[in-house]
Amino acid sequence: MGLEDLYQQIILDHYRKPRHRGELAAPSVEVDHNNPVCGDQLHLEVRLEDGRIAEVGHTGDGCSISQASASMMSEAAVGLPVDDAMELIEHFRLMMHREAEPDEDRLGDAIALEGVAKYPVRVKCALLSWMALKDALQTHTATTER
Amino acid sequence: MAAELDPRALRADFPILEREVNGVPLVYLDSAATSQKPRAVLDAMERYYTETNANVHRGVYALAAEATDRYEAGRFSVARLVGADRRGTVFTKNASEAINLVAWAWGIRNLTAGDAIVVTEMEHHSNIVPWQLVAQITGARVLFTPVDGDGRLDLEWLEVTLRTEPVRMVGVVHVSNVLGTINPVAEIARMAHTYGAKVLVDASQSVPHMPVRFADTGADFMAFTGHKMLGPTGIGVLVADPATLDAMEPFLGGGEMISDVRVEGSTWADLPYKFEAGTPPIAEAVGLGAAADYLMDIGMDAVRAHERSLTAYALGVLSEIDGITIHGPKDPDVRGCPISFSLPDLHPHDIAQLVDRQGVCVRAGHHCAKPLMRTLGVGATARASTYLYNTEQDIDTLARALAEARAFMAA
Repeated sequence: MGLEDLYQQIILDHYRKPRHRGELAAPSVEVDHNNPVCGDQLHLEVRLEDGRIAEVGHTGDGCSISQASASMMSEAAVGLPVDDAMELIEHFRLMMHREAEPDEDRLGDAIALEGVAKYPVRVKCALLSWMALKDALQTHTATTER
Repeated sequence: MAAELDPRALRADFPILEREVNGVPLVYLDSAATSQKPRAVLDAMERYYTETNANVHRGVYALAAEATDRYEAGRFSVARLVGADRRGTVFTKNASEAINLVAWAWGIRNLTAGDAIVVTEMEHHSNIVPWQLVAQITGARVLFTPVDGDGRLDLEWLEVTLRTEPVRMVGVVHVSNVLGTINPVAEIARMAHTYGAKVLVDASQSVPHMPVRFADTGADFMAFTGHKMLGPTGIGVLVADPATLDAMEPFLGGGEMISDVRVEGSTWADLPYKFEAGTPPIAEAVGLGAAADYLMDIGMDAVRAHERSLTAYALGVLSEIDGITIHGPKDPDVRGCPISFSLPDLHPHDIAQLVDRQGVCVRAGHHCAKPLMRTLGVGATARASTYLYNTEQDIDTLARALAEARAFMAA
């Protein structure tokens, strides 16, 4: 067991070449989240269409884990109906707290972040973008229902 | 002048430095967060609990008198270290509480709407947030002295602000926990006093590392914490002139701090007890006294000489790393031990995680100085900070670990 668990090649690949990085032309909702412990910052934009996540864009800066996680989260989330996305976020959260067996079919590359669970201070880095997505979806639901 | 300090000999006094982490020897470079503790401090605290434990300032029996003696001896040592009056040396929980004491006991009663409190962009949150809280209540404003590109305070701005604004308090850190900058506190105090403002110096990063005489700082108040100066956690110190403290009302109320309590009102105990409500951190005071004695035995001039030389060495070694940005002054004469740095290809969090493999402890984050992080234009930095037990070899290990971290992430 070593740092290779934490810094798997697939994670470093997402860190170096983040997917869905950038801003959207017409976001339905945007949120800003930061990790007060380490100063990581994330700006997340989501475009919803017919109850599905059509597009995700993320900007900001942070460590390799938070950046890779945002990239992986975006890949996993695009195309999902909002309800499924909320379930996936909860599944990811449970995985990071070692309370669920990871489901690779749903998580995609994000399953590689399972090793982060062994490093408690880094769990927040991995969760940052997922919690931002949850906030974005809830914010959007709340504003459209009103 | 004290004899030169030999860190290799001193290391034997620090049991924790013998341990390994991740199968390699510990290289502790986070003393700005908290220092390690020498055997003398640990033994003094254990002796207190095994031989002398009783509550202080109450019992008439011999054991209680001994406990009180030990507690007050701790105060005496701390006061001697910084040249303070025993009556003006108040034990608090930490430096934050010492600053809060001034903000609440002095600030609430002396600040009114429109008054200005000046702090600096390089303050630790502990010398910002208490003033913001008090400003909310009093209607005073908190202004921030800017920091220039070399990590120095803009004293011209301060002069203009003192001249043009109703500044009542200037809060300034003696040594920045991020930049390492040693601020000219005596000059700042002279300026502030010219315009009738009080001065609070946060000496948390200076008292452990260099000779600091309270009178020489020119400050009205000086706050520092025990655990960064070889002492235990749970105890900090506020130093002030007794006359200044006499003119203030108490901060926290309770036991210990009263002279008389009647249903129609109470009167306060003499200094310093007026500001020490409740049973104090007795064993911690004993431990902190032992830490102050340990430092005085070595001599603060010797501690500073060692750390100045080690900082010069570290600045030299680190500046050779390709692409590195070292924040703060480059001249070791005007800086203390904390060295914050950034690498273009490695986030501070990843740096701290990767060098940990070599047993190297460095801090990553905003170091409780978010306004400064914004000034520097970074979200976080990595920080290595040394103390009297660190050696040039520790710096070499850090440099090697950084090179390996780079290679690992690039692979």
